[in-house]
Amino acid sequence: MNIYVLVKRTFDTEEKIVVSGGKIQEDGAEFIINPYDEYAIEEAIQKRDALGGKVTVVTIGGEDAEKQLRTALAMGADEAVLINTEDDLDELDQYSSAYILAEYLKDKEVDLILAGNVAIDGGSGQVGPRLADLLGINYVTTITSLEIDGTNVKIVRDIEGDSEVLETTLPLLVTAQQGLNEPRYPSLPGIMKAKKKPLEELELDDLDIDEDDVEVKVETVEIYLPPQKAAGRVLDGELQAQVKELVNLLHTEAKVI
Amino acid sequence: MFFDLTDEQRMIQRTMKEFADEVVAPGAIERDRKKAFPKEIFQQLAEMGIMGLPFPEEYGGAGADTISFAIVTEELSRVCASTGITYSAHISLGGAPLNLFGTKEQKERYLTPICTGESFGAFGLTEANAGSDAGGTETRAVLEGNQFTINGSKMFITNASYAKHLALTAITDLKDGKKEISAIIVPTDAKGFTIKDEYEKMGLNASNTTELILENVVVPEENLLGVRGNGFKQFLQTLDGGRIGIAAMAVGIAQGALNKAVRYAKERKQFGRAIADFQATQFKLADMAVKVDIARTYVYKAAWLKDQGRPFSKEAAIAKYYASEMAMEVCDEAIQIHGGYGYMREYEVERYMRDAKLLEIGEGTSEVQKLVIARHILAD
Ligand SMILES: Cc1cc2nc3c(=O)[nH]c(=O)nc-3n(C[C@H](O)[C@H](O)[C@H](O)COP(=O)(O)OP(=O)(O)OC[C@H]3O[C@@H](n4cnc5c(N)ncnc54)[C@H](O)[C@@H]3O)c2cc1C
Ligand SMILES: Cc1cc2nc3c(=O)[nH]c(=O)nc-3n(C[C@H](O)[C@H](O)[C@H](O)COP(=O)(O)OP(=O)(O)OC[C@H]3O[C@@H](n4cnc5c(N)ncnc54)[C@H](O)[C@@H]3O)c2cc1C
Repeated sequence: MNIYVLVKRTFDTEEKIVVSGGKIQEDGAEFIINPYDEYAIEEAIQKRDALGGKVTVVTIGGEDAEKQLRTALAMGADEAVLINTEDDLDELDQYSSAYILAEYLKDKEVDLILAGNVAIDGGSGQVGPRLADLLGINYVTTITSLEIDGTNVKIVRDIEGDSEVLETTLPLLVTAQQGLNEPRYPSLPGIMKAKKKPLEELELDDLDIDEDDVEVKVETVEIYLPPQKAAGRVLDGELQAQVKELVNLLHTEAKVI
Repeated sequence: MFFDLTDEQRMIQRTMKEFADEVVAPGAIERDRKKAFPKEIFQQLAEMGIMGLPFPEEYGGAGADTISFAIVTEELSRVCASTGITYSAHISLGGAPLNLFGTKEQKERYLTPICTGESFGAFGLTEANAGSDAGGTETRAVLEGNQFTINGSKMFITNASYAKHLALTAITDLKDGKKEISAIIVPTDAKGFTIKDEYEKMGLNASNTTELILENVVVPEENLLGVRGNGFKQFLQTLDGGRIGIAAMAVGIAQGALNKAVRYAKERKQFGRAIADFQATQFKLADMAVKVDIARTYVYKAAWLKDQGRPFSKEAAIAKYYASEMAMEVCDEAIQIHGGYGYMREYEVERYMRDAKLLEIGEGTSEVQKLVIARHILAD
């Protein structure tokens, strides 16, 4: 089994995020592997352990993304590829990311590609499906179970709280939903070995990609934080009066009735 | 000078931070209340290869350094000091002397199960009449033919109920009234060996503290650990390493208490303002942060010296003395900032303080650390 996992370095949305000048401040932000990609990595490792083969984690980003790749290697991936666009591109979008990944993967022998259901930063959920389309292979999104028997694949996918069972064949791209597995903590021997595992660094040139080919199609108009949740209000007084006041407030202040 | 952690150390820190918050923290109050040993947590740590952290790979260890050991101990102690001391004793009292003084066969037999987590590590030094004055040992081991027969008892021994074997000190000879003290490895299931887990402690309730009673316990002569008569020297060397563990625990507990105090101070409103707005609270928090930071830096220094193969005995004593005392001060202030709530179990800082007190006592009291430091200074 030749397994590829798409991994994205994202900021940790559970930590404090500061927006200034229309951009998220990278200084002081904590960076992690996109949590959905962790399910993808875990699933890839489990499938490799069961069926044999190799797991390669791939990311597009800058030099800093090496940390997340090393973490994936420490979890148990075999090899890592960093497509470094730092010097060539200011921006990436779903289109350009999928294009670059497709150029990298098009002449590889691929049995299975795993990606996260969405990246928690952009949240588009498009890169996986777009990539599958460019490669001309099947894809299934938001999966919660994956069984492989030869080239036959049985999948359970999450459909807004319900489940759908599908059958398909390799080669295949899937995107991982929460519930697919319980991602492992990197083991200590894994951490100690991660540095010695191969990590290939490529630039657009190495993939014969012209900067014009990957001009972004999405324009970001504005980035802002969700409004601060205002403190709640506790009403007091007679119950009758409270109910009256509540209805009144819902009508005049919250304007929901 | 280079003040950064290595990539590996940072990854260990990140992993252990997540592990501590997600796996260790949730049951800490309950384990303290029920005196429940964190067995499942250590099963997971064993699967992650953490139980043999600093020991050679050929015995199932991971070959990581002392700074990494300090990082793991700090992170565990930040959320549950009982888990922290169990780990610290396992590595630095249980595994370390085997690794330092054991023969290849002894390491294969006794260090490997410690690395895999099959056995916890423990070390029996303290006795009823031999605490700070560890040379006061009264336990006797008499060699007849090629067997030691051991009689005596040990007090306050961490992890022994969960250890398959442990090293302990005993008098192996008397020459002109002078004791010859040696270390001997004893299987805990040996005939005549009783382990009692009956202490009622002030803190560290989820850790295992035991009394050992040895009545005509027979072990083969080959169970001698290191050189006969070197028992005293060997445990002094063992304790040097252990003190880094205790100091790292202190940093973890204090950091945990500081984190809780910061969060609480921002949330708690009195006189119409968050108490964090009062300079009185701010100065407390600043003092706490200063202490934690200085202690951590010094723990890393002692650990670094050890990793470099340089003398670190004085530095380990300084780290242990300073860090354990600052942990008590920081916990005290953390409770103070919590007001009446800090006195309640639910807010956890009271447990932090009960747990921290041991650090000024175990592996050499603060006074003993000062004796060690003074001895170094006066010898310079
Ligand atoms: C929870 C817990 C876990 C422990 N785990 C272990 C373990 O795993 N293995 C093990 O062998 N031991 C263990 N111990 C024992 C611990 O190391 C001893 O309690 C410690 O060394 C102090 O000895 P003591 O209790 O006999 O006190 P004492 O030595 O009697 O000290 C009493 C007081 O006198 C002071 N004092 C003593 N001598 C001097 C001096 N010369 N100058 C100035 N002041 C002095 C001390 O500083 C202290 O304040 C543990 C103890 C506890 C509480
Ligand atoms: C065991 C126990 C028994 C008790 N018994 C009684 C009882 O019988 N009857 C009763 O009425 N109460 C009782 N109390 C409550 C006790 O009096 C309060 O806990 C105490 O007054 C502190 O109030 P607080 O806990 O709300 O802390 P807070 O007032 O929230 O204080 C938190 C921290 O902020 C600091 N702080 C607050 N305001 C300022 C400021 N302006 N400037 C600088 N620092 C500030 C405090 O000094 C403290 O360090 C009891 C509490 C306990 C724990």
